[in-house]
Amino acid sequence: MTGFEPKIVGFLCNWCTYTGADLAGVSRFQYPPNFIPIRVMCSGAVDPMYVVKALVEGADGVLIGGCNPGDCHYQSGNYKARRRATILKQLLKDLGLDERRLWVRWISASEGKKFAETVTEFTEELRRLGPSRFREEWAL
Amino acid sequence: MPKLKLNGNEVPFERGQTILEVAQNGGVEIPTLCWHKALLPYGVCRLCIVDVAQGGRSRMVASCTTPAEPGMEVATGSDKVRRARRLVMELILTQCPGQPDMLEMAKKLGVEGSRFRPLEKEPGDNCILCGLCVRVCAERMGQSAIGFAERGYKRKVKPPFDTESGVCQTCGACATICPTKTIKLERFTKNRPIPIPSEFDMGLRARPAVYIPYPQAVPNKPVIDPRNCVKKLKGECGICKEVCKAGAIDYDQKEVVEELDVGSIILSPGFETFAPQLREEYGFGVFQNVVTSLQFERMLSSSGPFKGEVKRPSDGKHPRRIAWLQCVGSRDEPSGRSYCSAVCCTYATKEAIIAKEHAPGTDTHIFFIDMRTYGKGFEEYRNRAEREYGVVYHRCRVPNIEEDPRTQDLVISYRDETGSTRRERFDLVVLSVGMQTPEQLRELTRKLGVDLNEFGFASTPALEPVSTSRPGVFVAGALQAPKDIPDAVAQGLGAAAKATERLSSERGTLTAVESFPPEKEVGAEEPRIGVFICHCGTNIAGVVDVREVADYIRGRKDLGVVFADTGLYTCSADHLKHMREIIDGHGLNRVVVASCTPRTHEPLFQNTLKEAGINQHLFELASVREHVSWVHRDDPRRATRKAKNMVLMAVEKVRLAEAVHKEPAKVTHAALVIGGGLAGLTAAAELAAQGFESHLVEKDAEPGGNVRNIFTLLSGGDPQRHLNDLIAKVRADPRIRLHLESRVRDIEGFIGNFRARIEAKCGTLEEVSVGAIVVATGAAELVPTGYFGFGTDPRVITQLQLDRVLHEGKLDARTVVMIQCVGSREDTGRTYCSRVCCSEAVKNALEIRKKSPRTSVFVLYRDLRTYGLNEQHYKAARELGVQFIRYENTDKPVLTISGDRLRVDVNDHDLATRFILRPDLLVLSAATVPPGTNQELAQILKIPQTEHGFFMEAHAKIAPLSFTAEGIYMAGTAHSPRFMDETISQALGAAQKAVEVLSKETVSLEGIPVFIDADRCTGCGYCEAACPTKAIKTNARTGKAEVTEVLCKGCGACAAACPSGVPSARGFAKHQIIPMIDAALEEL
Repeated sequence: MTGFEPKIVGFLCNWCTYTGADLAGVSRFQYPPNFIPIRVMCSGAVDPMYVVKALVEGADGVLIGGCNPGDCHYQSGNYKARRRATILKQLLKDLGLDERRLWVRWISASEGKKFAETVTEFTEELRRLGPSRFREEWAL
Repeated sequence: MPKLKLNGNEVPFERGQTILEVAQNGGVEIPTLCWHKALLPYGVCRLCIVDVAQGGRSRMVASCTTPAEPGMEVATGSDKVRRARRLVMELILTQCPGQPDMLEMAKKLGVEGSRFRPLEKEPGDNCILCGLCVRVCAERMGQSAIGFAERGYKRKVKPPFDTESGVCQTCGACATICPTKTIKLERFTKNRPIPIPSEFDMGLRARPAVYIPYPQAVPNKPVIDPRNCVKKLKGECGICKEVCKAGAIDYDQKEVVEELDVGSIILSPGFETFAPQLREEYGFGVFQNVVTSLQFERMLSSSGPFKGEVKRPSDGKHPRRIAWLQCVGSRDEPSGRSYCSAVCCTYATKEAIIAKEHAPGTDTHIFFIDMRTYGKGFEEYRNRAEREYGVVYHRCRVPNIEEDPRTQDLVISYRDETGSTRRERFDLVVLSVGMQTPEQLRELTRKLGVDLNEFGFASTPALEPVSTSRPGVFVAGALQAPKDIPDAVAQGLGAAAKATERLSSERGTLTAVESFPPEKEVGAEEPRIGVFICHCGTNIAGVVDVREVADYIRGRKDLGVVFADTGLYTCSADHLKHMREIIDGHGLNRVVVASCTPRTHEPLFQNTLKEAGINQHLFELASVREHVSWVHRDDPRRATRKAKNMVLMAVEKVRLAEAVHKEPAKVTHAALVIGGGLAGLTAAAELAAQGFESHLVEKDAEPGGNVRNIFTLLSGGDPQRHLNDLIAKVRADPRIRLHLESRVRDIEGFIGNFRARIEAKCGTLEEVSVGAIVVATGAAELVPTGYFGFGTDPRVITQLQLDRVLHEGKLDARTVVMIQCVGSREDTGRTYCSRVCCSEAVKNALEIRKKSPRTSVFVLYRDLRTYGLNEQHYKAARELGVQFIRYENTDKPVLTISGDRLRVDVNDHDLATRFILRPDLLVLSAATVPPGTNQELAQILKIPQTEHGFFMEAHAKIAPLSFTAEGIYMAGTAHSPRFMDETISQALGAAQKAVEVLSKETVSLEGIPVFIDADRCTGCGYCEAACPTKAIKTNARTGKAEVTEVLCKGCGACAAACPSGVPSARGFAKHQIIPMIDAALEEL
């Protein structure tokens, strides 16, 4: 499908991925504008409902960006995020969502390049997958 | 003011302005090519063409040269204009077919290629005759070193008479300004152009004369290099002033000398690396592909010269084989640097690993003498490098490097561990350069009257690691001796302690208290939101159509937006004042700023809110610079749309924001120090010296810990006297309560407000209140039972036991054999290096040879780790006849006891020789091990331990003495094995961290505490389980969750865990995030 531009919502941990995204900016690493960030204090604070809400409202993909294992500012928030995402992916799969639409990535504050690359790769992946039908299937 | 119509809108202008200037002021973009703000308009490229209707007729004119006149009707983007521009662009492309920048520009105008035949030109000649180079040289540089020659299609940019110009000052302005990158300075000039090497990138790339020194510079603002600035040197140019919209450039700024009255001075100026040119045999500066470790570090950095790619300087290729040569300018008698630089082994290992991570498959080799990875976790790191990453280690000092002149590959000849010579080819060689004190620092220390030792580092008295020869002047970091980051940070804190100790009577006398007007109560009001959108010069407005964003959000009156406008620099003092006026004038109760990241500017804007009497939490930043304009440069349309979404999200969020008032917690001005060894005693004494009380808890009947067993030091001090003086001081000080034969039974509370119960041996419990805690529980020498007959034969002892034997003068042995790494660096279990044992062995060996010259001493070692300045003692020991024999971990020495003789068989792997030694005394350099009681304390304090049972710091490098739990610090061997002077640095540092807390009346805590809606709480306890700081507890009586606000850091884990949304992370509440998601996805 040509001309399709996926929408991505990202929940980014204030201490790592959000700062990494800032660094991508400072370093002028370019990535597609398909991505919109929402800053959270910790990936462990991302309520699964946020992800579902974004997908139901028309996001084609959701990125959760947290700290590398062992680096969580609150010790274990990223592990909580990882556990939740594992279950959530299963759940979303059962609801008919391609699990490739939810990415959980550990990107540290110093990894601006990795952030830009992650968003670029995710956008490309979603372009390949095409528009999410989740919205029409599940929107109330 | 006269007015004209610009795309249908009336705009005022000043007489003398061109149409282009009027359009730019009005935020209307017109493409330009030959136009430059700092040059006179030229009107040659015709790209800025616009349609002007005046007096009933319309004409197409170049907007850069046409003066604005009243009544003009200007169309900048009509179909007619666009068509004309496309034609112009197609014609320009005939002069520069295939030039990427021009193709990019053409694409933006909707031109995919040119219908016209390209001109026949020399390859690489993409000159479009825009004249920027000629004009910048003449108008700005005052030189006219180049001009146009010939006519028509032969017209070219050339120096006069087509000879290399003698007047050219090689400023490079022509090459920089050339839009097609055609100008090559070398072709025009008689003088040799010398790029200005970027200091931060170690000369791997050039920098301009006005530049930001490095990405983390504070303030992050450009400076002018007067040695290279044409304006400063010749009075010409001045372009930067012209283009700076903020008008911040001031060429007349002078260096200012300020005089300060201070009570203490801390010297922490750092180091420079050894200049490897001095080791000619390595060809640095001659062979392009030989770089220093610091240059390599820059290559690995994503902000570095190659944006994080590792490239060979000679050809830009990715190196597949890289070698590191250790000890370049360290342990190097001929270059006058006989000390060890202490950090290079670990950094080379790190660089080799990261090189492999950057480009998997890279072959990395490290050539070393001894692998000195002695720091906390470093030995394990080195082992991982070898086993998991495949870094190859060669124990060999490389004599020289040769270059293959054809490929510029480098050839290294070396002897492998079997003794045969091998030649290997590498694409890149990294010299692990050592540390030294720069000449200008030697000058500074001379002026200050601070003595340096023979190696050029600041002399510090034994066991006073932060003091210099001059009272009141303290030292930290590499000026004192080569050291790594954690040690430098600890020493820095230690120096801060000693410096503030002298100032403690004056504490707080020079502080001023900020005052703000009373806060308006806005909770019940309907939201009245003001949105301020920043141009950030062109940083944002150059990509995002900020006016369009402002117009859009101004229309969202449904959300309570009552004001929206743009500003050139929202963070400037003028604009902040304007913002306060708008807040007052429009009765705003909530504010959104769309500019840069909240991580840098949020506090500034929040302060402005406070000054306007608005709670600082009724504020939101939309990061449309870092997250939009800087990263979506090539797609202004979608960038603008994203910016609108982000501003809308911020409005949605701030609408539902609540005022938050954090109650600061009071501080109890006393400390608890756990452990009465050297670290604990030092910390308590330092706290007392700064005026704070402490409780010092020691498990034994006597304080002193391990140091009671240490009698001599390599540095020459007297540890017993130091200890006894310290104990006497502690005992005599009324501010220190010594709890002997006691332990900490339990601790509750938080930073500033801990309550601890101390249990004495007799069973009595005493409760104390403290504001900070220092953990100094120490470590001990391993009792090496089971190793080399220890415990079964009295002739097998440990180094500490030998220290005592020597002290008591009871040594009676003709041959002493020492075995290193007993219980350390093991394959499993105690895999760590115990750091002190090599120096300890050298110390005792020297002591033996001095006291009993007839006694032979053999030290059987794996890597001799006398790091830093202790290297000199290793050398002295060799000179005094101590024999060092290197064994391999896989081929350990073997002890046999036959009759009454000890026999040690060992294979010397350097000499490939088998030795049979018959010692009278066998000394084991046993590991340093943490006490088993650490585990209990870890549970009481809720602090983490390493896998080996030491305590785990909050951050290995930048917070080596802190825990993530605030208000708790550590020092000494509780952290990891270390020397007495290192322990003292840490103990002073931990005391200083405690003083940071204790010197305040109240502490403000990180984060916004969550709010718990108790009415809806069912007491399920999920939030309690999710909370990392134990801030939430379910009240047994009410069955409701309750939050201890001072413990809560506002991470929001509880809110995500709660099935019914009872806890709410204020500032990031669910009812704020959900509308943000809608706003993010709204089609705008």
